[in-house]
Amino acid sequence: MKPPAFDYQEPRTLDEIVELLARTDQDATVLAGGQSLVPLLNLRLARPDVVVDINRVPGLDGVEVADDAVVLGAMARLATLERDPVLADALPIVPEAIRLVAHPQIRNRTTLGGSLCHADPAAELPAVAVALDARLHLRARDGGRTEEAAGFFQSVFTTSRRPEELLTAVEFPRHQGFRFCFEEVSRRHGDFPFVGLCFGVRLEDGVVTAARLAGAGIAERPLRLPAAEAALVGHRLSGDLAEVLDAASAEVDPPSDIHGTASFRRGLLRAVIRRAAARLDQGGSR
Amino acid sequence: MTVPTTPAPARMRTVTATVNGVTRSAETEPRALLSDFLRHDLGLTGTHVGCEQGVCGACTVLVDDVPVRSCLLLAVQADGRRIETVEALAQDGELSGFQRAMRDEHGLQCGFCTPGILMSVTAAEREGLTAEQTTTEVLGGHVCRCTGYQGIRAAIEHHWQEAGR
Ligand SMILES: Cc1cc2nc3c(=O)[nH]c(=O)nc-3n(C[C@H](O)[C@H](O)[C@H](O)COP(=O)(O)OP(=O)(O)OC[C@H]3O[C@@H](n4cnc5c(N)ncnc54)[C@H](O)[C@@H]3O)c2cc1C
Ligand code: FES
Ligand code: FES
Repeated sequence: MKPPAFDYQEPRTLDEIVELLARTDQDATVLAGGQSLVPLLNLRLARPDVVVDINRVPGLDGVEVADDAVVLGAMARLATLERDPVLADALPIVPEAIRLVAHPQIRNRTTLGGSLCHADPAAELPAVAVALDARLHLRARDGGRTEEAAGFFQSVFTTSRRPEELLTAVEFPRHQGFRFCFEEVSRRHGDFPFVGLCFGVRLEDGVVTAARLAGAGIAERPLRLPAAEAALVGHRLSGDLAEVLDAASAEVDPPSDIHGTASFRRGLLRAVIRRAAARLDQGGSR
Repeated sequence: MTVPTTPAPARMRTVTATVNGVTRSAETEPRALLSDFLRHDLGLTGTHVGCEQGVCGACTVLVDDVPVRSCLLLAVQADGRRIETVEALAQDGELSGFQRAMRDEHGLQCGFCTPGILMSVTAAEREGLTAEQTTTEVLGGHVCRCTGYQGIRAAIEHHWQEAGR
């Protein structure tokens, strides 16, 4: 199908964007990479009055690395981040998870901010943001605010972002001493996963001293797994993880849908925890 | 369900882009997709349209050298850009090297998916990707219902070997 008619605005500055979003007489939607919004327009599941295309506004796609955090602009394209050597060194979990998102042709357009604002419950990057306690910088005409990832993602395709707010940047703390990896099970490479997991641990002499786990596809939003994290502490990644797997199964209540039943997803969550632990045990990603 | 209201007549826009080396200009509605702009307004029907959801890859074209889905870009977003479609590949009636490899290795049957695959692989070749990256990652972004991909993979491998890559 074809998109419904809309008015098209092409602001050139951040001020112009937030001015357009502040107007209350019309329903405005931000167009970033368009890889989720345009399918929704084509299916007429989205019918905005105005499409605000932010692709020609400079300065929203930066990569800034500091000692304790990495700040990525909302308009940074996944294809660019995937190849950024500075990011690969400072925060390798982000490019690792990006390689699991869709296909190269889609990643050439997809933006970090679009992936987070779209908030598909099975998407990889929202789970990474939650596992790392990322901070999302939002801007409106009347000021800015920062929201923790855990509070930003609320439900299926629903975030705490207000319609007049623009996501400008995402700040990922670097969690010194932690190593992270991403494991998922999807029908085909490039599809949204049934279940995905961002898995991070800090090890001392091979023993877990702290853990950060967040899953995708296991709830209506990306979810931390505090019981599994607590159960991991004191264990070796090569040891018996039955307690950790049971804690994870018990703390989630996954949806049953056309893609899979709740018990299928619980089983997959156990599988990705085992795989992630094995990978980090053998060196894996940082 | 909300009842759709009759849309106000949309303001037409002029889109000017360099398409296959030629500056082309046409009037279009903002809601027009680049795929439809190429096919209907510029008459370049080599770009195929399958799903209009980004999944099949048939509509893939190069925008400023980068392969993207033309069904997920608005025509107005292409204003001022450089676009290459499958029509640009053969020069003076001579197939490009990879087009020849596709013919030699039976890389197509109905040919519906072919224009998109040709554009993605052409970009991979220019970017210097390996045959392995091209047969897995790049081809992974395309759906072919006929060939089972064997012929396409063979065409990529054959073409990369021939070029000594
Ligand atoms: C074939 C296919 C396969 C895919 N597979 C995957 C996958 O495996 N994993 C995955 O995670 N995703 C996948 N996607 C989704 C893809 O990654 C989308 O591009 C992404 O979800 C949205 O990013 P975007 O930049 O394209 O945003 P858009 O489509 O432009 O926008 C999405 C939504 O976010 C809003 N928005 C965007 N940017 C901002 C901002 N800065 N501030 C405020 N609001 C904003 C828009 O208004 C819109 O509502 C796939 C898409 C396709 C077509
Ligand atoms: S028509 Fe564009 S990807 Fe299928
Ligand atoms: S040749 Fe028919 S779909 Fe690929």
